[in-house]
Amino acid sequence: MSMTDTGAQSPTYEKQAKRLGLSNMWVGFAAFAAAIPMGLYQVAERSNLFPAAESREIYYASVTTHGVLMAYVLTTFFIMGFGYYVALHSLKQNVWSPLFSWVGFSIALAGTLIAAVPLLLGEASVMYTFYPPEMAVTPFYIGAAMLFVGSWFWCVDMIVAMIQWRRTNPGMAVPLVMFGTTINALLWLWTSMGATLEVLIQILPLKFGWVDTIDPGLARTFFSWTLHAIVYFWLFPAYIAMYSLMPRESGGKLFSDELARVAFVMLFIFSVPIGFHHLYMDPQQAAGWKLLHMFGTFMVAVPTFITGFTVLATLEVSGRLRGGAGLFGWLAKIRWNNPMTLAAMLSMLMLTAGGFGGVINASYQMNALIHNTQWVTGHFHLIFGGTSVIMYFAVAYWAWPRITGRKLASTRMALWQLWLWFWGMLITTMPWHVLGLLGQPRRVDTLPYGEALNAIWNPHEVVMFAGSVMLTISAFMFIIILVRSHFSERLAQTPEVVFGTAIHQPLRVPHLLNSLAFWNWAMLVYMLASYGYPLLQFMFINAPQAIPYGV
Amino acid sequence: MAFHIDKLEKRWIYMVAGFVLMAWAIQIYYAAQGWHPPSNVEVIDSAQLHLETGVGGDEFSEQNIGVKRDADGTLVVTMVAARYGFYPQEIILPQGEPFKMRVASFDVLHGIYIPLTNLNLMLVPGYVSEVTTTVNILGDYPMLCHDFCGMGHAYMFGNVKIVPADEYKL
Repeated sequence: MSMTDTGAQSPTYEKQAKRLGLSNMWVGFAAFAAAIPMGLYQVAERSNLFPAAESREIYYASVTTHGVLMAYVLTTFFIMGFGYYVALHSLKQNVWSPLFSWVGFSIALAGTLIAAVPLLLGEASVMYTFYPPEMAVTPFYIGAAMLFVGSWFWCVDMIVAMIQWRRTNPGMAVPLVMFGTTINALLWLWTSMGATLEVLIQILPLKFGWVDTIDPGLARTFFSWTLHAIVYFWLFPAYIAMYSLMPRESGGKLFSDELARVAFVMLFIFSVPIGFHHLYMDPQQAAGWKLLHMFGTFMVAVPTFITGFTVLATLEVSGRLRGGAGLFGWLAKIRWNNPMTLAAMLSMLMLTAGGFGGVINASYQMNALIHNTQWVTGHFHLIFGGTSVIMYFAVAYWAWPRITGRKLASTRMALWQLWLWFWGMLITTMPWHVLGLLGQPRRVDTLPYGEALNAIWNPHEVVMFAGSVMLTISAFMFIIILVRSHFSERLAQTPEVVFGTAIHQPLRVPHLLNSLAFWNWAMLVYMLASYGYPLLQFMFINAPQAIPYGV
Repeated sequence: MAFHIDKLEKRWIYMVAGFVLMAWAIQIYYAAQGWHPPSNVEVIDSAQLHLETGVGGDEFSEQNIGVKRDADGTLVVTMVAARYGFYPQEIILPQGEPFKMRVASFDVLHGIYIPLTNLNLMLVPGYVSEVTTTVNILGDYPMLCHDFCGMGHAYMFGNVKIVPADEYKL
């Protein structure tokens, strides 16, 4: 319905979608652009190729800032922007209160800027995990809290939008793209609660001087609540794009709408109450609770397997529709020159590799081989920086022409950028995993452990440097394409915002796959079972607490 | 209303469910054999490790850290981790004999990790970390801190030396 000729008015929700979508996504991508050179610096600093670059203070400030920007700012703002854009277009209704949405955006942005100052000054080099009793200066925590609080405004917007739509469309299936987006919003509310409790109950009282000490065991337990599920918060938009945008972009139809909903619901319920695989090596939780969390951790692999099947089947359908024949002939006929389709395929490849690594991390017995080694860092760069972020690029390439009414600056350059990101990510993360297996610890600025270890580690560091250069170039290509797309040739007809339909598109779906109330209660029950006693125990084990330390 | 699942996808889901059940079964089996991650839930007063007073007594005081045999003859390694070293810095143990390692942090979060092995502990102030294990191969094993503990984190490491059992003297 949106027009480019003057005189015709586009609906309010389209204007809101453009403004809220673009503002949020640009903040996210700006954070990404700032973080990329830091990543390159870090690999260079450790490669032994640039002795002049070596500096502890800069290294740890960089690791922290890079982590905060990539893990909290890029993600949250991109997800909010993408969420607003697809919510408003799929439901064709306005946000319930534009002021509310912009207040949320402002709080999140202000928080980011407030935290940025100490981060860049090296006064908050506590890693993006900020585990006490090492403390950053107070503005870091205030800024981080504001970013979280601002994002909750978005969550409310998504949930309210879905409730309003269901009221005006009783019994109808909520559009799949919105169902996924809203369940992700609810997921984020549940997920962010852990770190929020840690900051509100433990960290801020210590920083303000209301208490003198802090229990790091409790802090790690609170943070584990957030730490696992946050990666699903990041992954959801990638899956939403695969289910709802990729089918049309690839020229096919979604293999199954219902199973996509099942996958979303399973991801929701199984991603939060499983945080203890991050605490397997910790002394403050008993083995039984760790074992309990293990069960759910393996269950959360199931919706990813379902997604893998559905997405590949969808691609196969599109390949066969375009003339592909035989067992593998359809692969050649996929629309490889479409950025969304290409990104989905590359994302799935990285998901497979990263997923295998994840199974080791989840393992009750094998985690000991890799905990806190570079395997973990390699794993999350592959699975997040690879699988999720490549889909963020693809979403931007899809959204920009629809928002700006202009051609994407260069589809060819976009395809090169995606391929370069894919190969760069593999070349960077494969040696990274190997370094972890060879015993290199995490979060070290230099490697003084002796010649024998350095001799086996060094070749991998050099390969990682080459991969990082590729990633840096790819990242800048992405930003250049987006910026240039604001000034490129106007399109005669702005592409429509339409979402994929399924081969068997359901008009109605089971209530449990159309509403979140039941799953919300199920989450409460599951969380009480998984985290209830493990948190309650801190009230009576009386662990003597630690004083705050600087870095 | 009809809930439609393609039969190929249904088969796939059964395979995935089978994989999950197998993964659960393997881990439960080995857990029943005694393979657990180190989980002690024992509290200690990190600020008073060097004294007799405080929760935990003087187990980690300077004269008591190191390698000893306890009442029933088990080797016990008692260590303290503090920025930026492990104390004692080197421990010597016999090949093939089980030992219990008990470590406490003096200040912030630390970790202990021996590369290319599964000896991997988080050290959280306020808690004692404990693991029982055996080393069967002779040699010098660097023992690294693997949890970010401050600017000197990369320099925090000690050494475990495994000598032949008949040469071992306590």
